[in-house]
Amino acid sequence: MENLEQQTDNTPTFKAPPVKGWGIDADRENDPTYPIKEHTRTEHDGYSWDRPPQQQPEMEVLHSTERPNLAATFGETIPPAGLSGMIRRAAFKNDEDSYSHWVPLILADRVQMVECLVTDLATGHVPNLWKELGYGAEWKYNKKGLITKLAIFGGIAVGVGFLLTRRSGDSSSEA
Amino acid sequence: MLATNFRGPRRVRVDHKPEPEIRHPQDAIVRVTRACICGSDLHLYNGSVPDTRIGSTFGHETVGYVEEVGADVQNLKAGDHVLVPFNIACGKCVFCKQELYGNCHESNPQSTAVGGIFGYSHTAGGYDGGQAEYVRVPYADVGPMIVPEWMDEDTAVMLTDVTPTGYQAAEMGGIQKGDTVVVFGAGPVGIMAARCAWLFGAGRVIVIDHIDYRLDFAEKWCPAEVYNYDTDLHGNVVQFMKETTGWIGADVCIDAVGAEATGRIEQTLLGKQMHLTGGAATALQWAINSARKGGVISVVGVYGPVGALVPVGNIVNKGLTLRANQASVKRLLPRLIEHVQNGILTPKDLITHHIPLEDAGDGYKMFSAKLDNIIKPVLVPPTAQMSSTVH
Repeated sequence: MENLEQQTDNTPTFKAPPVKGWGIDADRENDPTYPIKEHTRTEHDGYSWDRPPQQQPEMEVLHSTERPNLAATFGETIPPAGLSGMIRRAAFKNDEDSYSHWVPLILADRVQMVECLVTDLATGHVPNLWKELGYGAEWKYNKKGLITKLAIFGGIAVGVGFLLTRRSGDSSSEA
Repeated sequence: MLATNFRGPRRVRVDHKPEPEIRHPQDAIVRVTRACICGSDLHLYNGSVPDTRIGSTFGHETVGYVEEVGADVQNLKAGDHVLVPFNIACGKCVFCKQELYGNCHESNPQSTAVGGIFGYSHTAGGYDGGQAEYVRVPYADVGPMIVPEWMDEDTAVMLTDVTPTGYQAAEMGGIQKGDTVVVFGAGPVGIMAARCAWLFGAGRVIVIDHIDYRLDFAEKWCPAEVYNYDTDLHGNVVQFMKETTGWIGADVCIDAVGAEATGRIEQTLLGKQMHLTGGAATALQWAINSARKGGVISVVGVYGPVGALVPVGNIVNKGLTLRANQASVKRLLPRLIEHVQNGILTPKDLITHHIPLEDAGDGYKMFSAKLDNIIKPVLVPPTAQMSSTVH
């Protein structure tokens, strides 16, 4: 029962392992049953602290329904916009306890990905997918895996193309 | 300035973006010299974190030089060399007052469950991160710490997240002398947690993962007993943990993996492929089931905001204590700097790759796919003078 022998530090058979710094931060009081938190009334007083100055939003910043206001600072990087923005605004009407808050946000992320791809192409920026997806590194360190992956994708694409061509051929002969 | 620019799941490019500006009197602008890619960045990279908007700049492990400070900043001035904790903390709210700097209530309007974090989606405040040439640092008097003159850049950047998170994982375990500690995950945080478990007096430290080169590193560096759950344990992790502890279970189990875990098909399917749960909670499941009755589970692995599949009944029936949090970096820094100065912790040993910021897409792919025996990658902006070889 070796584990039982290791339960306490006053077990005479226990030998400290030869590791630099062993036991240097040992703290008998840091036991989960020990109330390490200093209990005060402060947390019951809610918004009683001297709040930092409020950052003034210069763009639309959504905030959780579980707080009454904006935090004193926040990021102002990418305001909600377009269809994805509409989805985000709708999501923020639901509280954080709800799937109807989080799932639409994931959906909005994917919608925005398509929106931004369209914007990229419309502004003449063709994404360098090879670099963005890190295929350069994969080619260098995992050539076989990358070739296999590309072969599978290529095979699926050819197969789907073949099926679609055949189907459209069938429908035109029926017509 | 050059900055990483998230374009959708597994797509990161580097673009020119406007330099950040002072938006609040307590802000500073920092010119970045090092910014790590963190294991938790992979949750963003894979599209698992809700409200990760296209165009976001990631990065929450940053060191650099102060360029400009807001009108109310007292403790920093232009030219100061600072390490920037990943938490954004006001220092005034009831949580910061209790040194819970990872739970600040004045840094994130979008979600009440998480404090502000640099470059970690709008769910964590919508701040741009440090994988760029410049970054806006709110509450500059609270979080950032001047890098001691004797400390090098690589050590400093490892004190912004990895080292405190690993240390706090061990601390939350409430390790008592002689305890058996199991760490799930041999990523940088797991390796650090295993190393720090000794500092709290562990009698035996075990690390479980499925990446051999990382286990080899952990075995020597922590040092620790290491097991590959595939090839050594054939997936029977819990059975093995019971057997190796005299059929009792481990005193302390640490989840240092989080949402991207592999190892159980139902967790992977629901958490990673379909995003129906807050991530694949395989490591947490193993931790709960591997612990002895009355044991402690310490969680630093990052999960999404919705529910995950964990055996709650076993927590109750075994009388387990579950402790978890984002690391309170500022609280821990003085002690950790002491340990670094005394040679007890050498966190920069974990850095395996310095990657030019311009190649961030490659860096994310390498880290995500565990290519070239990567453990910890650091991005170096072109404006930063390189102090070590770029791999």
